[in-house]
Amino acid sequence: MNRSPYISDAPSVSTIMLKVLLALLPAIITYVWLFGGGILITLTLATVTAIATEGLLLKLCQRPLRPFLSDYSAVITAWLLALAIPPLTPWWLIVVGTAFAIVFAKQLYGGLGYNPFNPAMVGYAVLLISFPVLMTKWPAALSLTQHPLSFAEQCQYIFSGLLPNGLDLDAVTSATPLDYLKTQLRLHHQVDTITQAPMFGSLAGIGNQSVALAYLLGGLYLWQQRIITWHLPVAFFSVMAIISAAFWLHDPQQHASPLLHLFAGASMLGAFFIITDPVSGPTTPRGKFWFAGGVALLTYFIRVYGGFPDGMAFAVLIMNIAVPLIDAHTQPRVFGHSK
Amino acid sequence: MNAIIQFTQKLNGIFKFHGGVHPPGNKSSSTQAPIADVTLPALLTLPLRQHVGHLPKVKIQVGEHVLKGQLLAEAEGAVSAAIHAPTSGTIVAIEEAVIPHPSSLPDYCIRLQPDGKDAWVAHTGQDWRNTERSALIQSLTGSGIVGMGGATFPTQIKLRTDGKSNIHTLVINAAECEPYISCDDMLMRERADGIVQGVLIAQHLMSAEKVVIGIEDNKPLAIAAMQEAVKNTDIQVKIVPTLYPSGDARRLVYLLLGQEIAHDKRSTQEGIQVFNVATMLALHRYFDHGEPSISRIVTITGNVAQPQNFEVLFGTPVSHLLAAAGGVGTDTSHYIMGGPMMGFDLPDANVPVTKASNCIIAASPGLFPSAPPAMPCIRCTRCADACPVSLQPQELYWFAKSDNFEKARDYDLFDCIECGACSYVCPSHIPLVQYYRYAKSEIIATDKAKEAADLARERNEARLARIEREKQERAQKHAERAQGAKKAAEKMVAAADSDQAQTGATADEAKKAAIAAAIARAKAQKEAQAATGEAPKNMAAPSASVQQEIADIDARRAAVGLSEADSPAMQDADKQAKIAAAIAKAKAAKAAAQTGHSATSATSAVVDPEKQAKTDPAIARARAAKAAAEASKNVSELAAPQLTTTASADQEKQAKIAAAIARAKAAKAAAEAAKIAATAGNTDDAKE
Repeated sequence: MNRSPYISDAPSVSTIMLKVLLALLPAIITYVWLFGGGILITLTLATVTAIATEGLLLKLCQRPLRPFLSDYSAVITAWLLALAIPPLTPWWLIVVGTAFAIVFAKQLYGGLGYNPFNPAMVGYAVLLISFPVLMTKWPAALSLTQHPLSFAEQCQYIFSGLLPNGLDLDAVTSATPLDYLKTQLRLHHQVDTITQAPMFGSLAGIGNQSVALAYLLGGLYLWQQRIITWHLPVAFFSVMAIISAAFWLHDPQQHASPLLHLFAGASMLGAFFIITDPVSGPTTPRGKFWFAGGVALLTYFIRVYGGFPDGMAFAVLIMNIAVPLIDAHTQPRVFGHSK
Repeated sequence: MNAIIQFTQKLNGIFKFHGGVHPPGNKSSSTQAPIADVTLPALLTLPLRQHVGHLPKVKIQVGEHVLKGQLLAEAEGAVSAAIHAPTSGTIVAIEEAVIPHPSSLPDYCIRLQPDGKDAWVAHTGQDWRNTERSALIQSLTGSGIVGMGGATFPTQIKLRTDGKSNIHTLVINAAECEPYISCDDMLMRERADGIVQGVLIAQHLMSAEKVVIGIEDNKPLAIAAMQEAVKNTDIQVKIVPTLYPSGDARRLVYLLLGQEIAHDKRSTQEGIQVFNVATMLALHRYFDHGEPSISRIVTITGNVAQPQNFEVLFGTPVSHLLAAAGGVGTDTSHYIMGGPMMGFDLPDANVPVTKASNCIIAASPGLFPSAPPAMPCIRCTRCADACPVSLQPQELYWFAKSDNFEKARDYDLFDCIECGACSYVCPSHIPLVQYYRYAKSEIIATDKAKEAADLARERNEARLARIEREKQERAQKHAERAQGAKKAAEKMVAAADSDQAQTGATADEAKKAAIAAAIARAKAQKEAQAATGEAPKNMAAPSASVQQEIADIDARRAAVGLSEADSPAMQDADKQAKIAAAIAKAKAAKAAAQTGHSATSATSAVVDPEKQAKTDPAIARARAAKAAAEASKNVSELAAPQLTTTASADQEKQAKIAAAIARAKAAKAAAEAAKIAATAGNTDDAKE
């Protein structure tokens, strides 16, 4: 009988997924430090919902529970979604989003390995379209707000919708730098004056830029661990930098600097954790450039000209559709073939 | 980036191929002790098929006593290798026995009972430097030497220069990239001089200008020994980085020479020939000492007490070797022949060592834990990163799994060398290589089935053509006979006329002659009419509209089942030609439609679309020509006068119906069909 090879040297799927979760920890810690512990509640809710719905669906589809629950892929979806939405939202928002992502974007396509779309981004898009107001209530960094909420107060708001006496939601939330920039530009302010607002840091907003740096750290860890290759993030950053630089150089008063576009919004999270999802992404090296470049372009244009504060989720979903095409047309040259 | 890498590689003279993996070598345990001899086993089992090619012809009888090195079976056919007695003894049986092969199927074997004397047959070396090359290669056919790296291709064929391929470079494969195997390593350490002698012989036989020996850098002692041995020769020893599968011939050629052998070519077509290092030693032993191929070095390792390399006579049972290596551990689960990356399970430990056996590994769950259950592919492309052929294993897996074999072939499944690097790195533990083997075997099977079907169709077409031709010939004979009768009548008339004029016969005679002539004329006219198919005068050359009307009436009558046998219109050859042409056109349209249909379903069909596309126009052209010939044949056939009188009513009716249908179809298909027919040029009559 021929069943070679007899040996194997590969991290299991579970190990790979656990390392991705590990790589998200720096960002989560930074998040808690700068925005309060509310994110831990949404993370927990998302995790519990993901495991519960995944288990339920596996049972309904009569598939084995243990191998698929222990691959941690559902937990990654849950965490990415929780990190993508504002942490100060009613508890049911993250529950609905996570359940939708797991049920419709993952399990109904056949589960792990079969989903054509990034489940976390499907969940995000559904929430953004269905509950646009809630999805734009981002908490301001604790250092920027007059009334920093304690962990208990954040918990109370998430579960009951009640804020401490005399506070309304607008007092503890603020627009994101990207959102603020867009609305101010439409009011014919200039970039120079807009970025003088206290929320803007040296890179892309107080608090947000630190979290972005933490994502970068986690991403470098994934690259060092060979969980991801450099192609996707490098292509994303390059194209994002080029397109934003082109507009910025053309008219610096109407367009934000490349630095802001690289560090604001979901750029860092997306470049290292979202577009690197292998299942819904391209497989060929050249295809990775096309995919990441496409995501960067779409993200930029949705950000600048679209109706949403950020464009990452929609850019990723649109490029997910193109993946089979990209793969088919970017096949590498096979050894001994001229082309 | 790539340019920099390639530049630095050029400086080193080493060209790195894509992918590859670094499995733990596990070679050192079997290289501690020198190559050892093994005691003679009680019985040697020599499979007749130890090589790629035909079974050799057995030259001995059961019960015969043979000497060591004596020919037992001689190479037969173009690709075959001889078998020699590994020691002196008695032939006790020629029977089927289990051989070391992945299929675990039995094959014919010669059983030799050693007499313990190990007495050699008379043998001497050759003065190969001063002998005709063709004679040397001819004599090599009797050596039994095959490629010792595992491919077991008869060496005389590889050394035969056919004049077409001019071999300028010899590559000696000493990479030995598979884990655990150390037989080539030990061979080079201990017998470097013999190997170099063999290389010189091969170089001489092929008149190669350049010889490169490639050795992985995890064999420093072997490298040192070889470097010492090649002094005073122009042989080059190149050190290649340890990377599985650098021992694959095409990968090694690239590593050493920077030359990619095209996927559809052999290295010899590019002037490069590759030999295993152990084969070189066998050449030296044969040409310098007259010893045929009767033994090889085998690594015994894994779950054994003293892993070691042995010089083993072919036919020695594996169990005998395991005992020589101190016996196996109690938890031994099975035995692997070859390395852990590409080897296979032995059916049992009593199978014999053959010319292909480089390594036997006693496997245990501790050494080779069984893979955890496979998870779904997450498209992480670690496999693609590891593939030394730059294939996309995740795509091939997807296609193989969904039985989408045509697509798998498109993605160059047949370039896969089954090295196992993809499975080795798969986080989902998917047995990828098994999927590829399955897909390959399915494709080969369907290709064969298709070939058989094509052959059957061709035969059927030939048969139909023959029947048609015979019919034609019969009709021809009839026509000739009628022509002969007419000529005879004309002669008679002419004779009568001349008689009358020249001799001035009596009135009675003249009258008689006139009557005879009249009768003859009438007869001749009748015959001639029948022969030429001329219609009665009142039907001669009717106008086109009248003809059309007649044809339409005929068609309607045919449609309602009326007999057409007596219809005078049928005698109009012009009309017939038109109908036949219409039939041909309809056929063409139909065939074109079918061709189009088969083209769209080509993805699910088993044919190679590329090949088909190439061959199709040619076939179509040939068929079109054939169809055209047949159409004109049909026309002449219908126009032939005999047919109108001899053809059955049934046939004519069919023709009429066909004509009516054809007209309708032709009108419908219109210009498009004609266009397709022109490009496809195809009337596939076999499909009727």
